[in-house]
Amino acid sequence: MASVVADNIVDFELPLVAPEATKRRRIRWGRGLLLWLAAAYFIIPLYAALKFSLQNINGKFSLSPITAIPSQPGLGAAFFLSMRLAAVTLAIVLFLMVPTMVYVHMKMPRFRRFMEVVTILPIVIPPIVLILGVLEASPLWLKSSPYLLSLMYVVLSMPFVYRSLDSGLGALDVKTLVEAARSLGSSWLSTIWRVLVPNLRSALLSATVLTLALVLGEFTMASLDLWETLPVWIVDFDQTNAHISTAVAMISLLGTWVLLTLIVSIDRSSSRRRRKNRIS
Amino acid sequence: MTNLLSPSSDTSPPSGVSNDDRGGRPVTGALVRSLRTSAPVIPFLVYITLGLLIPTLVIVNLAFRSDNGKFTFSNIHAILSGGQYLTGFENSVKLALVTSLVPALLGTMIAYAIAESKFEFVKRLVATASGVLANFGGVNLAFMFVASFGASSIVTGWLSRLGFNPWNHGFDLYKLWGVAFVYMYFQIPLMVLVITPALQGLRPAWREAAENLGASRWRYWRHVGIPVLLPPVLGSTFLLFGSGLSAYATTEALTGGTIAITPIQIGAYLQGNVISGEEHIGYALGFGMIVLLLLSIIGYVFLRARSSKWLQ
Repeated sequence: MASVVADNIVDFELPLVAPEATKRRRIRWGRGLLLWLAAAYFIIPLYAALKFSLQNINGKFSLSPITAIPSQPGLGAAFFLSMRLAAVTLAIVLFLMVPTMVYVHMKMPRFRRFMEVVTILPIVIPPIVLILGVLEASPLWLKSSPYLLSLMYVVLSMPFVYRSLDSGLGALDVKTLVEAARSLGSSWLSTIWRVLVPNLRSALLSATVLTLALVLGEFTMASLDLWETLPVWIVDFDQTNAHISTAVAMISLLGTWVLLTLIVSIDRSSSRRRRKNRIS
Repeated sequence: MTNLLSPSSDTSPPSGVSNDDRGGRPVTGALVRSLRTSAPVIPFLVYITLGLLIPTLVIVNLAFRSDNGKFTFSNIHAILSGGQYLTGFENSVKLALVTSLVPALLGTMIAYAIAESKFEFVKRLVATASGVLANFGGVNLAFMFVASFGASSIVTGWLSRLGFNPWNHGFDLYKLWGVAFVYMYFQIPLMVLVITPALQGLRPAWREAAENLGASRWRYWRHVGIPVLLPPVLGSTFLLFGSGLSAYATTEALTGGTIAITPIQIGAYLQGNVISGEEHIGYALGFGMIVLLLLSIIGYVFLRARSSKWLQ
């Protein structure tokens, strides 16, 4: 879905209005109304779901859906399956994309255009069409393994990973850094690991979180490949007690939100520190 | 079921180099050199080939096969000749159009309003929120809307206390437009995310220049703002179109698959609810979506190129 998520979160401020322009600022009712309506549209469902997930079956306020979560049958297995898939996906996508993109930024700038277009494709090619072809084309030993999902999640996460790494690399002088490290006798591996990775920390962090968010929320492929991951479990479980599954859904949503906010603030505080160091 | 592509699916990536060697000897030298410099990107190309290209080709191939493996147009013909599959495509395109055009407009306006806001806190809140919500969807989203706009839900309760129960006035969360209403929840944030960098391209200096030259607010937008913003807005709209067309999990969770849109029909096909004799219709449906999306990608790339040229 969201392609440009990562880099936009990191620097969102727009210096659109010059200070002089605010002088003759009118009260803009239309804009205010639009923003309030939008806020209502986005906040009310959150509120409703939270309220619903804090009710018992009789509709009274209760923490029982939350406390009942850990003891639900199948939830633990589904959670660990999702976690394993997430770890494998993350490992593959970073090992594949980081060296490739560093190299492309240094030596093959024209290839960036191609990569940009190719990494848009997984957003628009429907996962449901993709899994149709994958299930048809993959050999049996792969089809019977849950890690087929990981391999596909790598494709699905490429748009996010590409865009966050691209903005991270764009902010660095990769060539100078690499040449400096190499001329001081560092090997390629240690150049990537000890010079580039620390500099790309926030880009890697946002790529990581967005990949995790994707894997932990992906339903289409997992359900059609017949693996009970966390989102698939939530749907299946819905049949019995909707309060508990809504509670699980809310926890996973708010958890992702907190993670993203943390990453943005980590990035902000570190860039502020950097700026301060430069002045002093 | 025969399938022609799958046995060869694990072979090496296509090598476009070897079939070009009758052109002359210096060319091969250059080719070898360029092959050597591009060697590190080969893993990426192999992965994309295996994970994206081959599955797509498999679907295209199978869309044109009959059940005994012969080449045929009958699957495509079965879709185009009307009936539920054509309705599915119609509904999907309608849904994708509405959930791309409306969020594109609203998202741009919201992004602009937020960008002009003086409150740093609001900006940051909206930025992280749109990051989360654009990725949101599927099951969790469906639950949230059932809890807030369902027949016996919070908002419906509020409104019917005011004497207006939307469910008695044609609103139905589980029909096509109800689904569209739910899609806005991830499409608008997605638009805010993708359009924000383009708003950054709208330099404050242009506005000052226009104002100093005596242009009205309307003239500024007519001659500067809209021409600059239109290409990226259109490009992002294409992206939203693709996302709206392919969304499956939300509708599946919300309606239990009762609504006739193409992704749901493909899902039903994959889960084995297939009429016999129509085993390959699922692939033809997938092929139809690929064609639609290819068109939207072509539009996206074209408009992107235009917009970056304009903004230089």
